[in-house]
Amino acid sequence: MKKYQALFTIRFSSGLQYRAAALGGIATQFAWGFMELLAFLAFYKANPGAYPMEFSQTVSYIWLQQAFLALFMTWFYEQDIFETITSGAVAYELVRPIDLYNRWFCHSAANRLARAVLRCFPILLVAFIVPEPLRMSLPPDLGQFGLFMISVPLSLGVVVAFTMLVYISVFFTLSPIGVRIVAALLADFLAGGIVPLPFFPDVVRGVVEILPFAAMQNMPLRIYSGHISGAAAVRGLFLQAFWFVILVVLGKLWMKLALRRAVVQGG
Amino acid sequence: MLYLKFVSIHLKSQMQYKTSFFLTILGQFLASFTALLGVWFMFERFPEVEGFTFPEVLLCVATVLLAFSLAECFGRGLDQFPQLISNGMFDRILVRPRSAVFQVLTARIDFSRLGRFVQAVLVFAYAIPASGVQWSWDKILTLILMVVCGSIVFFCLFMVYAGFAFFFVEGLEFMNIFTDGGREFGRYPFAVYGEKVLKFLTYVIPLALFQYYPLLYLLDREQGLLFMLSPLGGLLFAVPAYLFWHLGLRRYVSTGS
Repeated sequence: MKKYQALFTIRFSSGLQYRAAALGGIATQFAWGFMELLAFLAFYKANPGAYPMEFSQTVSYIWLQQAFLALFMTWFYEQDIFETITSGAVAYELVRPIDLYNRWFCHSAANRLARAVLRCFPILLVAFIVPEPLRMSLPPDLGQFGLFMISVPLSLGVVVAFTMLVYISVFFTLSPIGVRIVAALLADFLAGGIVPLPFFPDVVRGVVEILPFAAMQNMPLRIYSGHISGAAAVRGLFLQAFWFVILVVLGKLWMKLALRRAVVQGG
Repeated sequence: MLYLKFVSIHLKSQMQYKTSFFLTILGQFLASFTALLGVWFMFERFPEVEGFTFPEVLLCVATVLLAFSLAECFGRGLDQFPQLISNGMFDRILVRPRSAVFQVLTARIDFSRLGRFVQAVLVFAYAIPASGVQWSWDKILTLILMVVCGSIVFFCLFMVYAGFAFFFVEGLEFMNIFTDGGREFGRYPFAVYGEKVLKFLTYVIPLALFQYYPLLYLLDREQGLLFMLSPLGGLLFAVPAYLFWHLGLRRYVSTGS
């Protein structure tokens, strides 16, 4: 366990070094959230009752989404992991006395966390002081906030476990482009990255709400805003834990399979 | 002409990796398709926003998408310009006997960016009859102006982005608000975002000039010639964009390599 902690710390602190790049990101994400909300506002203005979330809930959802983008985005991949696989350098990794799946998992999670820590505070700060109706509100009560705090790491776990599957698929396809783009876009859409899941038509919503993607950003953001509360929120956490375990087990098994047939070319 | 030669070389080289080429096109297509689904979901709940209906908004979606994909296909070199500076390649460009802009542009022409183009054409195919516009010659001309001037404005934005690379090595991400953001948020008529945003996008970054104002003309909400020809006003943006790039070029100091 200790070695994973060390790995995590190293990656985390090296991720914290890119402060200038973070500044650009913060400006972009703030403006992005702002425009997104203005569009929602225009829709709500005509008929607030027509939409499945209250406007204040949508506001919290969007601001949190922008603040924690680095934790939840499904289209962010570690380029060096792809290169390790396609170049064959993965052979060196296999010699090390450390489980490859866990190592990559730590690496990705730490990097995402570092990026999020650098970016979230300024965005949240501004989100809490912009004028109404775009101001972000506090969660309904402390209990709900507690559930949110449990939901965030679970959500990060599900996202990273999902990206691990994409990395492992490269052992088989050797070309990361196709699978990566399609998987990332579908996951983002089904996780509520484009529009929150409650806005989906009722026909598909029943299915979409139980997919692994619903265990990503969808859950913590809706728990914070109070759109999912009480027993439903606890059920949501179980759904997240369930998918987290399934995806990790799947990933580990698949990785084993991939490594069994991996051929090191020498050289 | 030399430029056409470059176009054909890039096309040939990208055709060497056909699978990857078509998958990237598919990816581009899907990316804008999920955004389109998002718009549709909103209209499923309530049929209009700020007085615009779904087919009318689709005209906006398609115009912006088509303009953006054209600009991105031919202006991709500008998009990757920051790398040219940071790896010192730009010095090689400066010693060659052709204009720097020309060489940067021809360094990369990316046809896989046309995934969005395909989608935009499909959306137009639906929206042009469905929007209820009485198509006449002047309106067809307006629509063409919207697309052509739109792609020039996006192209100029890429140029400003490249210009910033002369001044900053990091943190260029904020320009995405205007390029990618212009594409994403251009799916709704810009008046939706309120008066201040509309003013900004009229007088500072003229995205609304090829989108919102001529759209009003197409939908018969405004009659004036000013609205019909407003996309031409957006072309003025080329002047500051080029000057900015030029200013950057003049104070360029090599990073060494």
